Amino acid sequence: MLTCEGRVWKFGDDVNTDLIIPGRYLDNYDPDHLAKHAMEGISKDFASEASPGDVIVAGSNFGCGSSREQAVVALRGHGVKAIVAVSFARIFYRNAINLGMHVYQSPEAHSMFADGDVISLDSEKNRLRSVDGSREVMLADMPTRPREIVDSGGLIPYVKHIMLERKV
Amino acid sequence: MSGRTVAEKILGRAAGKPGAKAGDVLEVTPDVVMSHENTFLVDKAFEQFDLERPWAPDKVVVVLDHRSPANTVQTANAHARIREIVRRMGIERFYDVGEGVCHQLLVEKKLVRPGQLVLGADSHTTTVGAVGAFGAGIGATEMAGIWATGETWLKVPETIKITMTGHLERAVFPKDIALYLASRLGPSGADYMCMEFSGIFLFDISISGRMVLCNMAAEMGAKAAIAPADSTFGAWSPECASLNSGACTSDPDASYHDIIELVAEDISPMVSGPDRVESGRGVEEFEDIEVDQAFIGTCTNGRLEDLIAASWVLKGNKVATGTRLLVAPASKSVLSDALSMGVIQTILEAGGTILPPGCGPCLGAHEGVLASGEVCISSSNRNFKGRMGSEDAKIFLASPATVAASAVKGRIEDPRRWLNVDL
Repeated sequence: MLTCEGRVWKFGDDVNTDLIIPGRYLDNYDPDHLAKHAMEGISKDFASEASPGDVIVAGSNFGCGSSREQAVVALRGHGVKAIVAVSFARIFYRNAINLGMHVYQSPEAHSMFADGDVISLDSEKNRLRSVDGSREVMLADMPTRPREIVDSGGLIPYVKHIMLERKV
Repeated sequence: MSGRTVAEKILGRAAGKPGAKAGDVLEVTPDVVMSHENTFLVDKAFEQFDLERPWAPDKVVVVLDHRSPANTVQTANAHARIREIVRRMGIERFYDVGEGVCHQLLVEKKLVRPGQLVLGADSHTTTVGAVGAFGAGIGATEMAGIWATGETWLKVPETIKITMTGHLERAVFPKDIALYLASRLGPSGADYMCMEFSGIFLFDISISGRMVLCNMAAEMGAKAAIAPADSTFGAWSPECASLNSGACTSDPDASYHDIIELVAEDISPMVSGPDRVESGRGVEEFEDIEVDQAFIGTCTNGRLEDLIAASWVLKGNKVATGTRLLVAPASKSVLSDALSMGVIQTILEAGGTILPPGCGPCLGAHEGVLASGEVCISSSNRNFKGRMGSEDAKIFLASPATVAASAVKGRIEDPRRWLNVDL
């Protein structure tokens, strides 16, 4: 279960992983180093201002391009725990789930919220709303398997659990 | 009941559910798994399972290609750690610095077979579709989960079938077909789908050319791309000549999400850029753009036939003053063949620089990082802002022949002026 409150970071369509974390920073696997350069290719403010509870609201095909998992790590480094996009590129979507990030496909959120809006997200009620109560969008539940993985806290705990069950 | 696509057949077999259809979610066991420098991250995640080695070390391929030879101390340390990991875990299919690009080695060293499921910790794992395998990209943590259990979940994709009629015109290469297709489908036009290249036109396209098509499918969002088994495979691997091709081809009555019929004569030498792969148009629309760096190489276009095409343009010509030409053969074997054919000599005499086999400057790590304001024309697959260095550099994508012609001219240039032979 996830509840978060923060600001909206709004991005358009086809945000690729080279914009989220450029390849030139990938020699260093330290999450803090990656976070420092998050979204460098597309936002001047994200890396200095993004804070825990913030939510990314994006257009279609978010995270297209490279399979680099560091794209999720860089965002998570700022405490971003949820991304709401019109659609996701498939490898980014899987990486996000596998690292325990809540990812929602929503056709409406992108047109309803503006960059900087203060919002709250409740994963139990599947609801994204502005804190002033003026706008609200219901999010479709994540598909079963991704939901199970995210609810476990990511793929590692999820697989550990399966391995334990098999032993028993 | 309608017939089945090759994607349905391969994933169904990998899951032990031969009746699987598009939309089914399956637990699959891959035949081959591959990771590169990110094996470092795979291992860090894998350590959390407290296991000694992957479920099947003989199915694991590890290649050092992205920052190879090491570009920084950090990379060198990661390489050293990966060498220690593969030794300790008994991973024998390990390819160290200078052997070549992972996707190239999977095909060239015949580490994949038609009909297999290949999962790679790299988005261009789709490339192995050129030899009738289903290759999909995943991330490092998911790879660690597979190392632990031998399994992951996959949704069986719907398939978009691509056919083509007619004949390609002079100086039009598979890369031009791919850029043309990307311009029609867009960056998410094949999201979550399998792209199946099919039909008589494939007989004119080598395994190398099919690798270009399957590689670039990733730029349209495809989960996998496949050129089903046919007689061309016999030359690639004699044992595949007697392959039960029914397992590696779609049934005639298979159902498709969409069928796209290309007309070869509609496709001319293409250039795409900057920033968006789907922005491809005819090369003539780009001809005034000055070029600082021309790059030939990568999993897309660093093979022997690519270097040969470039050498046809370069023979007897010189790279323009103020322009640099970098060439990274896709593997040691490509380099060796190109050397014995005189292709490397031609490139050197024209003023080109040969880089070690590997990914080269494609991902902006080293060996040709772009300065602010520079323009690069590249035979690679991505022209995303900032990918090859400065965010203020511009990257254009094209075939190796167009890249070579542009290097000689010093501006983006139509390769038809330089290739007067029928290809």
